[in-house]
This record gives sequence, structure tokens and C-alpha cells, in this order.
Amino acid sequence: MEAAGGGGSGPPLLLSDAEQQCYSELFARCARTAAVGPALPSEPARALPSTVTAAAGPVADLFRASQLPAETLHLITELCGAKRVGYFGPTQFYVALKLIAAAQSGLPVRIESIKCESPLPRFMMSKNDGEVRLGTPAELHGTKAQIPYLTTDKNAFKRADDGDKQQETQSPTMSPLASPPSSPPHYQRVPLSHGYSKLRSSTEQMQPASYEARQSLAQTEGTSSGGPGAKPPRLQATLIRSFSVERDPHDSSSHYPDEPWRITEEQREYYINQFRSLQPDPSSFISGSVAKNFFTKSKLSIPELSYIWELSDADCDGALTLPEFCAAFHLIVARKNGYPLPEGLPPTLQPEYLQAAFPKSKWECALFDSYSESMSGSQQPRDSHWSEKTSVKDMADFSVSTQDVTLDDKQASINTTDDASPKDVSEDPATPKDSNSLKARPRSRSYSSTSIEEAMKRGEDPPTPPPRPQKTHSRASSLDLNKVFQPSVPAVKSGSLPQPPALPPRPCPSQSEQPAEAEVPPQSSRAPSQASESSPTKKDIPYSQPPSKPIRRKFKPENQTPENQELPPTVGGPASAPSMKLHPTVQKQSSKQKKAIQTAIRKNKEANAVLTRLNSELQQQLKEVHQERIALENQLEQLRPVTVL
Amino acid sequence: MAVCIAVIAKENYPLYIRSVPTENELKFHYMVHTSLDVVDEKISALGKALVDQRELYLGLLYPTEDHKVYGYVTNSKVKFVMVVDSSNTALRDNEIRSMFRKLHNSYTDVMCNPFYNPGDRIHSRAFDNMVTAMMIQVC
Repeated sequence: MEAAGGGGSGPPLLLSDAEQQCYSELFARCARTAAVGPALPSEPARALPSTVTAAAGPVADLFRASQLPAETLHLITELCGAKRVGYFGPTQFYVALKLIAAAQSGLPVRIESIKCESPLPRFMMSKNDGEVRLGTPAELHGTKAQIPYLTTDKNAFKRADDGDKQQETQSPTMSPLASPPSSPPHYQRVPLSHGYSKLRSSTEQMQPASYEARQSLAQTEGTSSGGPGAKPPRLQATLIRSFSVERDPHDSSSHYPDEPWRITEEQREYYINQFRSLQPDPSSFISGSVAKNFFTKSKLSIPELSYIWELSDADCDGALTLPEFCAAFHLIVARKNGYPLPEGLPPTLQPEYLQAAFPKSKWECALFDSYSESMSGSQQPRDSHWSEKTSVKDMADFSVSTQDVTLDDKQASINTTDDASPKDVSEDPATPKDSNSLKARPRSRSYSSTSIEEAMKRGEDPPTPPPRPQKTHSRASSLDLNKVFQPSVPAVKSGSLPQPPALPPRPCPSQSEQPAEAEVPPQSSRAPSQASESSPTKKDIPYSQPPSKPIRRKFKPENQTPENQELPPTVGGPASAPSMKLHPTVQKQSSKQKKAIQTAIRKNKEANAVLTRLNSELQQQLKEVHQERIALENQLEQLRPVTVL
Repeated sequence: MAVCIAVIAKENYPLYIRSVPTENELKFHYMVHTSLDVVDEKISALGKALVDQRELYLGLLYPTEDHKVYGYVTNSKVKFVMVVDSSNTALRDNEIRSMFRKLHNSYTDVMCNPFYNPGDRIHSRAFDNMVTAMMIQVC
């Protein structure tokens, strides 16, 4: 039938050969079923001898199997004229099928649609009716398997063989499909990297197992996935930029219509593990190059991978966070199984949805549990800016603003201005804090502590006044005065504070006296000899200096010898007193603070005494030196008039 | 609404060129090619001036009877050339600038894709969609 305009129901219908074949087959089936099964009460009279009609029952079933929404189906039946005429004649049936095909391709349902070149409609029958799959031949513009969801019943390996057999039996019945049943397993055993081979085997079992799962589950959804197994070889042959069709299952249990794009728990676990193998920190990024190498192992073509990346990298920053990675991985898995890539990222794969859908506590527990394992086996410098990102992330609240953090990181590392990605409002604010604290502690152990983490630590210890450690550190960096001063802040503050600043001046007087000593004689010699010529003064100075030097040197041995028993310990005392004071103050805890203070006071007094003694002795020596100097100068003056002449 | 949009690489070969499907598309290709000379002239006009001081938007490169050609250069010497219809008088400079900015942003997103090798032709679907939105809608 080239032009079936007999019904007068619209513009002439032009069918291609494949369409003709399919449609006639479908029509025959419906008619047959009508003849066999009980027809609806309205129907029997309609079985006109001239035209074979398809009963409304099976036709309705068929239409429902196309998985279009009910309104669309109503519209289609109206348009095709069945309602008007009251029955589904061949014309109406074919028009309806064409409209269904158009609707499944996403075109609006209109009479004009039947003019367009559209692919064959797809119907998913329940298993009871036998698996009927009408696919297209090699040109696969819009027709792909309608698979409601990508179930991963990895454990249900039971009827793998049955599934294959069923696949085999059904494939001959599929009119245009001639793909050998051996090819799916063939395809699926394509050798891949270890990461993928595991997935391969699981998906291999997944597909036949999915029959099982779906059969048990799919009473409302008539599902089958005979297609995906048979499809991949064809897909491999033709490099396709395929466009999938919006599938609206009549199952209203899920919030989102795109069931194949829903990630199950097992899948999520797997993806998280894979993520961790690439990047130990679950809340950090995978860089573009790392992800590229990983995804290239999936043996998908580069344009397809490029497209998948485009879909999954929602913020277009050239790096994948965990939800983005899961989405990308899921798309790759779907693509490998024959699902066409969607036009846009399905709502179930969006990062916000992925973060919100799975409870954070589960994420965190899963991550936290295996965190220690991964840390041991991880290669830390894998990502160059990994540590920076994670240190920034420590502060961020994981659930609410992972994207905030990604924004921060982006700005830090890439310096691009991105639009603020929509923030995911955390549904359970309690768990993020727990998770944050959970994560913060192990993190602070392993990562290099940044100023942010120190601030966090300090914030957690209210009694610790932040500036204090720095003061003490500047005093004696080798000694950790934090431990000393932290707990005893209120009690000891007044007493202990004066000590450290008081210590340094103590050695200085002893030292400053000596240079002062050296300077004083020259100055004193200069002063009396200012009246005289400058040269004698200069001579005096060197003269006086050597006396002062030996005097100084004398001082030192004097310091050490006359005060043998006293001074060395005392000089050593002042020198050691500070250190001694530090040591006891450092070593003692808050309970021994008073003792420390007392000992410190005692020692201070001792040092004071020593220094005063030293002072007095030095002053005596100074006087003696003065006198000697005066004597020498007198001699000089006496001698000078003789020499001048 | 542009009639033709082209992305030219630094070495002056096209990374992406798309025109409104008319009968004589080659004419647009030729126009874009000739406009490259004007672009180079404008770039080098600053001479010793720093690249930073050079503005990215080059403005009207040259007008013809039917069309006007606008140019935009990125800091990596990738050029965007846009041909618009002269009859479209409502199109103002600001709109052209915003179109170029959108092009630049989409181009940056394409660049961020690790599977894209710089120098390849651009096949990104998002980029295509954006360009389609900018082109004159021919039914």
C-alpha cells in the first residue's frame, strides 16, 4: 500500500518498505489477537468483511506498550480517525503508528507528522505477550531500545542462560533485526581495563538478570531489554551521534521519567570506588587529564566521550567532582550497553540531584570507612592541586556547598568566572556537620595543616588565646610553651607573662657593661685631653683601649676567677638562669606553676644580687682605671714640653 | 541575528564555520577568509602596545552592500568572525558584543573539555546549540 487514502481520514500516507512491513505485521497481530481473543462489546459488529480491523483491545495494549503518555495516545487516536470512524482500519492503524513513531521521536503529534520521514515506532510488550521488538535497520537516527531503567541486579545471575536463550528466540521474530545472538556476549567481552572488566562482567549478567528483575517489578511497565544486547554490534559498526527519545513511562512511581538514568546503590558504590581509585579524597576533583585517561579505557569513541563529558561536567571547569563523575560514568555504562546518549543531562544525573538523592550519612560512612584503606594505598601527589583543594574544602560544608567549594577552587586554581552553580540546599543539615567533623579529624591528621585548619583547631579550644603561643614561640622556638600556657591561662597569666619578657634584659647588662666599660675609658680619656691636641688623644685612646681591653679581659677572668666560686656560677647563673627559668616553667604543668614562679623569683633575686655585686666591683675597677689614666696623662704632659722643644 | 559565524584558529584555519543554509554558502566562506586580513591588520595596528591593552572586540571589520562583518579576537589569537545582514538595522553594537561574549564563553567551555584537542574542529553540541540560537531562524 503506497497510498492508503481509502479511509479519507487525511493526507495520503507514504510508508517506506520497512515501515510497511512493520505496520502490516503489527496490524496482523492485532487483528489476529482480536480474532482469537474476546473482542470488546463494541467491536464484533465492526468486523466488516471488507476490511480487516484491529480490535480496540489489542490496539490499546499496543499503544500503551509504546509508553507514550495517555494524553498523547488519546490525541493520536483522535487524529488517526479511529474515533471518528469507530474502528481501527488499516489506514487509521497505520496513521496511528506513524504518529506514535513521531511522538516517540519527539515531534509534535499532528497530522502533518505523518508526512515526515520518521523512524519506526517502538513498543514494549510485557513478557506475557512475548517479546516483540520492532527496531530499525542500520540507520538508527532515533530508534533505540526503550529501556525503562538500567537495573543493576548484579546478584541475580540466575537466568543468564535463559535470558540469552530468550534473546535468541526473540531475535528471529524481530523483523528487521538480524543480529546474531552470539554477538552480544561477544561484544560484552571486549577486553577492557580492570576497572571496566569488572563492570563488564557485571553488566553482562546485568542484562539477562534485568529480565528477571524487570519481570518481577514490571507489572506496570512492560519492559524488555532484548534490544541492548543485540544493538551494540550495530552501534559499534556505525559511529552514531544518536538522539534518544524522551521516554515517558506510565509508571508514576518515580518522580523523574528517565529510569535508565537513575543510579542504583550498587552502581553508586562502584562509581565511588572507582573515583577513589583515581582520587583518594572523595570530595575533591578528578582533573581533566586523569579522567580522560580513565574514560578512554572504556573504548568509546572520542567524540562520544567528549559529548559525555560535556553533559556531565555541569560547571564546565575541566574537572569532575564526585557527582559529576558518577553521572559521567553512568552515561558511559549506559552507552556501552547500547542506550543512546541523551540530549541533555537527565535530571536524575544532575549533580544536585545526585547529592540530594543519596543520604549524606551513607556517603560519608561509605567514604569514611574506606577512607583509611584508601589513604594507605593512595598516591598522594597524583593531583597537583589536590592538597590545596582539600585544605580549602575542610572548611566548607560538604553537602550544601560542594559546589561553592568547587567555585572557590575554580577561582583559586583556574581563575575563570563561572556562573554560580545552583546551590544544593541540604536536606539534612545535621548530618553534614557530623560528616564535616568526621572528615575534618582524619583529614587534619593526614594533610598538611593550613592556616585554616589551625584556625579551626584554635576555634575549638576556647581557652587558648591565639596570640599567646606566638609570643612564647618567638621567645624560645625550641620549647613548646603552648602546653604550658594553654591550660593555665587565667591563673598564671599575670604571673608568668612578666617572666619571659624580663629574661632577655638580664644578660644584657652584663654584656652591655663590658662594651660600656670599653667605651668609657676612651671617652674619659678624650674628655680630659680635649684641651690637648687631638693626636695625643688619639694616642691616648689606643693606649687607653689596650688597658681597657686587658681590663676587660681581666674582667672576664676576674669574673671567672675572683668570683670563682661565685661568679662562674653566677655568670653562668645569669646565663643559665634564663634557660633554667625556662626549663622549669616549661616542664611544669599548671599544678606546678606556683613552684615555678617561686623558683623563678628566687633565681631572679640571686641573679640580681650577683649583678649588683658585679656592678660594684666593676665600678671600683673603673675608678682605679681612671686614676691610672690621670697619672699617665700627667706624665705625658710633663714629658710633652720637653719633646716639643 | 547572524548570517554566518566562524571560529578561526590562530593559524588562520577554520575551527568552526556555520552559515545560514542558503544557496551560496561559499560566498560567506570567502567573506570570512577575506576578513581575516582585516583582523590581522587591526591586531597589528597597536604595534608595540601590550596585548592586555588590546580590546578583544574589534568591531566592524568591513561592510559590503548586503552584509557587515564583525570581528573578535581572543588572547590566544583565536578569531571569531560574524557576518550579519545589512538590512538588519536593529542590530546594535552592544548586541554584537554580547553575541561575541557568548561565543567566547561557549568556546571556553569547549576548551575545558579534556577530550577536545586544541586545533581540532569543534563538534560540541552545546556550542552548536548556542550558535544556532544566534543565527537567523530560517524555516
